[in-house]
Amino acid sequence: MENLTFGFLTDPLSLFFLLVILLVSVPSAVYSLGYLKGEYPSGKIRLCWLLLFAFVLSMALVVTVGNAFIFLIAWEIMSLVSYFLVVFDSTHEKAIQAGMIYIIMTHVGTAFLVAAFLLIYACSGSFDFTAMQIACRSMSLQMKNIVFLLFLVGFGTKAGIVPLHIWLPYAHPQAPSHISSIMSGVMIKTAIYGIIRFVIFMMGPGPSWWGIVLLVLALISCLVGVIYALMEHDIKKLLAYHSVENIGIILLGVGLSMSFLSKEMPYAAVFSLVAGLYHLINHAIFKGLLFLCAGSVYKATGTRDIEKLGGLIRKMPQTAVYFLFGSMAISALPPLNGFVSEWLTLQAFFMGAAGLDGGIRLFMVIGAAILALTSGLAAACFVKAFGVTFLAAPRSRYAQNAVESPLSMRVGMFFLSVMTVVFGLAAVLVVKLLVRAAAAATRIDTGGMSFSFNNLILSPQGGKDMYLSTPVLALALFVLGLAGFAVYKAPGREKTRMYRTWDCGYYTLNARTEYTATAFSKPFRIAFGFFLLPYHKTQKIRDSFYHVKSFVYETHTTMVFKKYLYDPALALIFKSAKSLRKMQPGSIHLYVLYIFAAAALLLIFRGRF
Amino acid sequence: MRSTAIIFLQLFVYAGISPFISGLITVIKNNIRMRKGQSVLQPYYNLAKLFSKGEVVSETASWIFRAAPFIVLVSSLAAALLVPVFFSASPARMMGDFLALMFVFALGRFFLALAALDTGSSFGGMGASREMFISSLVEPALCLVIFSVALQSGSTDIAACAGSHPVSIASLVAGIALILVTIAETARIPVDNQETHLELTMVHEAMVLEYSGRPLALIEMASYIKQMIWFLLIARIIFPVAVPPSGSSAQVCVWGLWYAARIGIIAAITALVEVSVAKMRLFRVADFLGFAFVLGVVAAICAILGV
Repeated sequence: MENLTFGFLTDPLSLFFLLVILLVSVPSAVYSLGYLKGEYPSGKIRLCWLLLFAFVLSMALVVTVGNAFIFLIAWEIMSLVSYFLVVFDSTHEKAIQAGMIYIIMTHVGTAFLVAAFLLIYACSGSFDFTAMQIACRSMSLQMKNIVFLLFLVGFGTKAGIVPLHIWLPYAHPQAPSHISSIMSGVMIKTAIYGIIRFVIFMMGPGPSWWGIVLLVLALISCLVGVIYALMEHDIKKLLAYHSVENIGIILLGVGLSMSFLSKEMPYAAVFSLVAGLYHLINHAIFKGLLFLCAGSVYKATGTRDIEKLGGLIRKMPQTAVYFLFGSMAISALPPLNGFVSEWLTLQAFFMGAAGLDGGIRLFMVIGAAILALTSGLAAACFVKAFGVTFLAAPRSRYAQNAVESPLSMRVGMFFLSVMTVVFGLAAVLVVKLLVRAAAAATRIDTGGMSFSFNNLILSPQGGKDMYLSTPVLALALFVLGLAGFAVYKAPGREKTRMYRTWDCGYYTLNARTEYTATAFSKPFRIAFGFFLLPYHKTQKIRDSFYHVKSFVYETHTTMVFKKYLYDPALALIFKSAKSLRKMQPGSIHLYVLYIFAAAALLLIFRGRF
Repeated sequence: MRSTAIIFLQLFVYAGISPFISGLITVIKNNIRMRKGQSVLQPYYNLAKLFSKGEVVSETASWIFRAAPFIVLVSSLAAALLVPVFFSASPARMMGDFLALMFVFALGRFFLALAALDTGSSFGGMGASREMFISSLVEPALCLVIFSVALQSGSTDIAACAGSHPVSIASLVAGIALILVTIAETARIPVDNQETHLELTMVHEAMVLEYSGRPLALIEMASYIKQMIWFLLIARIIFPVAVPPSGSSAQVCVWGLWYAARIGIIAAITALVEVSVAKMRLFRVADFLGFAFVLGVVAAICAILGV
């Protein structure tokens, strides 16, 4: 073992990830001041702060350390600390179960990483990144492929790409909300860092199928994540599924970049990576924000089930506005930040469709169409999430008695809401910064490349005259909005009358007649029934044989990956464990026989050892 | 200065002509059905009537309900800035390209769906749910159309995509896919029906059920403009002659007539489809848009092959 001196990386890529970590962690920490108060006893609050600091520091270490051995240690600390945060509400059985799934999955992932690092170590003889990088360049292609796949599974587990996403919807919602925001906003991004640092930066351009594999997995993650999110009525679980979707969108940029690198298209490679990194920081901002808002709703109402909420826009007007900003950003609505990065990703697809050769061009076009579908479904999901949670009349007394969150929580949410606007409007500046990170990752000289002009207008050079200017668009929207308002306010307007919602003249509407989240998502449940496999449970509760007193109707969807992938795998593990148990029947005679046999074998083969 | 004038002119043309197109479709429909029917100017009368009426706001509704009509109108108007009427390129082209247009429309739709949920009426919820369902299936087909025309022109700029490119199989197929997309986006039969208020079938009408007076006028206006934008795009993609000739006034006249005729043809097609097809069940719409998606793929293949 070499001596463990190690340096820190301060290249733009690491600094960018450090920025992402701080951008979400600091507002979340401020938020937790108000959030933890009254929710937990003071001893536990202190513990939570301690764990938070350990968590943020370990993530910072992960993205800056320059030695694979220390990287793994930091990675492991990050996983363990986040495990303790997931089981922070250890009184809930659900938290324990979620923690169990999380810690098993994350360690399976780490095992793959260890294997990958050891394989490189076998070539390099050192864990230092520079030495490993030199060794990677001289590795055989077969070895490179194996290492790539190990990294893909290892980091993919942490990032939550389908089908390794299984832990994410359990673990993220269970943690306290400010931790959920950091886990979903930042922690899973460290896996993206890993892929960029170790695959793109360290191993360099690989065979073209690497990028394609990543793209296919990313597209599947996008769709599966958003379809499951549509079916979900637990607001934090819904957001967790959206993390699966958005990780997919981020990986689309990364995968496109890898494809372009292998085809030696430097401009497109840098541009795609910029798109991916842009979506990464955007997702950190809006997902962090949405989790904080979900935490406020949870603290105010005591429930995460949106079917029991409603009308919160009157009770919690500020939280509602922040949630609306987050929803608009994640639904890629102009001029907020999510729109810019999805547009950039679509443009990256266009570069692929226009610049590559052969059938892969059609793949790029269809990939873009799937991304468009994803963004449409995400918008539908957030109409549901915002509409059912905040609009119409309250559906339960929890929602009726809600009050606005304390100042410290609002400050955290306010900051992140402002960031969704800033990162939307300052698109050109952000892209300029990201180009440096992408250049550091891909080792491409970006000196002669231009992605914008005027500091106002994005203009990728994949085609002729393609522009996007969010500041101008925002200005146009604002001015036209004022014009519309002026028309509305023009003289001759009759007085506005407040009245009941139209009830067809029969009887007064109440919260029970409102559309629910289940009803809202029904068309999607039927259209995607081939994948969701919905089923119903009905139960009649009778007074007597002739009179049904009440009727219970539940609708569920089948968790395909759990049922057809994880359950059989678990069954296999338990089955083999059971058959191993036959070796240990508890008979002392048999154990003496084992000892004798072992001794005899050792004697026979002693020459071999 | 000139470009500012063009921007204003363009907005006024959209606002002034778009209700006429809706009226035209109704007149064609009524003629086919052998009905006497309304005047072609009826949409203007409707707007004037709504404009002078008072509004009723639901007690359950929040500020979202009041803000939504403006955002819907703004999204249509911003889209109108992006799609040039007379000139080959809109002066506001720096604002965004064809892909951005897709997201600009999504902005208005998002708020209209929220406003529909805001009043607490089941009709609104039903409309919002269906609208978001249909529009999320429209997006991939639309994206394919954009990509296939953009692949031909080498740019996603609207003027380049839907301008003076040569006629090709790809743009023709893409145009047909765009017609299907337009039918879904403009709430036309067989996807939706603008003439019904039957709860089982309405989609767009269910969302705006609670609106009255001026806000309703704004939403109607936004729908007219949106429809005109789609018609223009189809016209420019299928029959790509956009730039007015710089020659004599007679030439400009001929060009203008042909331009208007193209819009008329598309309006006639829409009207014909409306009278000859029954409205589909909601879940058949997925098949309908699936067909648009397949057409989009075909268009993309043609564009890649260069035919």
